[in-house]
Amino acid sequence: MALSAYDEALLAGEEGPAAQMAMRILARMLPVFGVDRFMDIEAAHIDSTVYMGVATMEYAERLASLGAKVRVPATLNVSGVDEYGWEEWEVPEEVAANATRQMRAYEAMGCIPTWTCAPYQTEHAPSFGQQIAAGESNVIGYYNSVIGARTERYPDLLDICAAITGRVPAAGLHLDEGRKGTVLLRLKNVPTALQEDDAFYPVLGHLLGRLAPDGIPVLEGMSVQPTNDQLKAVCAGGASSGAIALFHMVGVTPEAPTTKDAFQGTEPPRTIDVDMDELRASYRDLSTATGEQLDMVVLGSPHFSIDEFKALAPLVKGRTKAEGVDFLVTCSRTVRMIAEHVGLLEPIEAFGAKITVDTCPLTSPMLPERIKNLMTNSAKYAYYSPGLLGVDVIYGRLTDCVESAAQGRIVREEGPWKS
Amino acid sequence: MEIMTGEVIIPGTASGALLASTEPLSFWGGYDQHTGEIIDRRHPLSGEIGAGRILALPFTRGSSTTTAILLESVRRGVAPAGIITDRADVFLALASVVADEMYDGAFPMVAVDRAAFETLYSGQTVRILENGRIEVESSE
Repeated sequence: MALSAYDEALLAGEEGPAAQMAMRILARMLPVFGVDRFMDIEAAHIDSTVYMGVATMEYAERLASLGAKVRVPATLNVSGVDEYGWEEWEVPEEVAANATRQMRAYEAMGCIPTWTCAPYQTEHAPSFGQQIAAGESNVIGYYNSVIGARTERYPDLLDICAAITGRVPAAGLHLDEGRKGTVLLRLKNVPTALQEDDAFYPVLGHLLGRLAPDGIPVLEGMSVQPTNDQLKAVCAGGASSGAIALFHMVGVTPEAPTTKDAFQGTEPPRTIDVDMDELRASYRDLSTATGEQLDMVVLGSPHFSIDEFKALAPLVKGRTKAEGVDFLVTCSRTVRMIAEHVGLLEPIEAFGAKITVDTCPLTSPMLPERIKNLMTNSAKYAYYSPGLLGVDVIYGRLTDCVESAAQGRIVREEGPWKS
Repeated sequence: MEIMTGEVIIPGTASGALLASTEPLSFWGGYDQHTGEIIDRRHPLSGEIGAGRILALPFTRGSSTTTAILLESVRRGVAPAGIITDRADVFLALASVVADEMYDGAFPMVAVDRAAFETLYSGQTVRILENGRIEVESSE
């Protein structure tokens, strides 16, 4: 191992027992990353905040009790509980108490209490070329792909060690050569009208994860400039069905002005054409429910943005959701506050929707047993809900979700998805 | 008895009945931290119990929360006794490193090459020894 004087000092305990423990863990992991040295980072995003049980809490409390302080700005991902709203739901008291203790521990380390899985939509987002350490698969995808900041896929529990020491293994996506595309995907005959539709992007992300599960896909043939929310949906989809930590979208994302740039001047090792048949199959694959029965609509994975609230508010204005259908939007505390301040929440709450912050139903045991059929416009909710929540899901665009909640049964505008 | 040698990812020794699959697994939504059961219903090992066994998986897929689930299962005493992979898997290795820090609960991990990995099957008896040596005994 080629450790710096600083690394050695941390290992020797010169910066205190917490930094020593964090560096000891990193040093034991260094060879597993296949390299022999560390490099500096400028910021971090901590996914270790997700409460999975007593061990994740004890780990956070061990570090905090040893006096851990983060050395770089570190935003916090979702926790296991909506700190001030959990009692409205089915969260067991013990989980709420432990998850809250875990939140306090990360705050005590000096992290920024963003409590969101969309930290790139806060003022703490990194900038192009910055070296960072991020946990949370959609955040990793967004930082690398859309912003051009550089992070490896860090597991929970290691991201906080990186933030405490300011160091990560000098490996993979931190380095130029680790960011070269591995497979070329060419969009063929995908109508511009569909590319302008929000419903296209979760389906595209889900397909990217299926086609290049552990690769760096390069997508060619876009005829529109997607919005940041649309790109966020691609990241979340690709990091659920696969482990996509970086994709390049030619003419859209910063490291891919051209296809050649995305492959760093080399020939694509593999090329796959993507047509409407593949996209339709991906669309169908996102749903498991059959029939019209609907119990709940969930929006906001990754967490809803202000622009998404702006799109939702006029759709529900003056309407009321059907009895027996829950309607939930998940977002950060900050976004809820802004939405409330500018009058976007009023029509949404009048519709009968609830807002959950700090967490989501995938990371907080909040949903009642009676929820069997869940509708969403998110590829990530659609992918994980059957396994983690034991429900059936149906994927639809935002307007479908609102219309279904209003009518109390699943209705979808098939449009371009009809074969 | 056969002997294979791989790369030591986490040092240590362990032995037990083998549970093997060439299909990667996400422990989040795939491994029950209370019972050690493999609960990913699309996985070939679905319904099998990993607790106390030697688990052979090529690598982990999906969520960054796999490490936390494995750490929880170490704390509850339902983690595998040792893990064999076909590559260095950061997510599994970290669980062992943190389990050592927190609970003296490190489990050994060895990565063998793909060809050797594919000869493993459930029901064999396996001993992970020092230096990456693995003894494999088939029942008949």
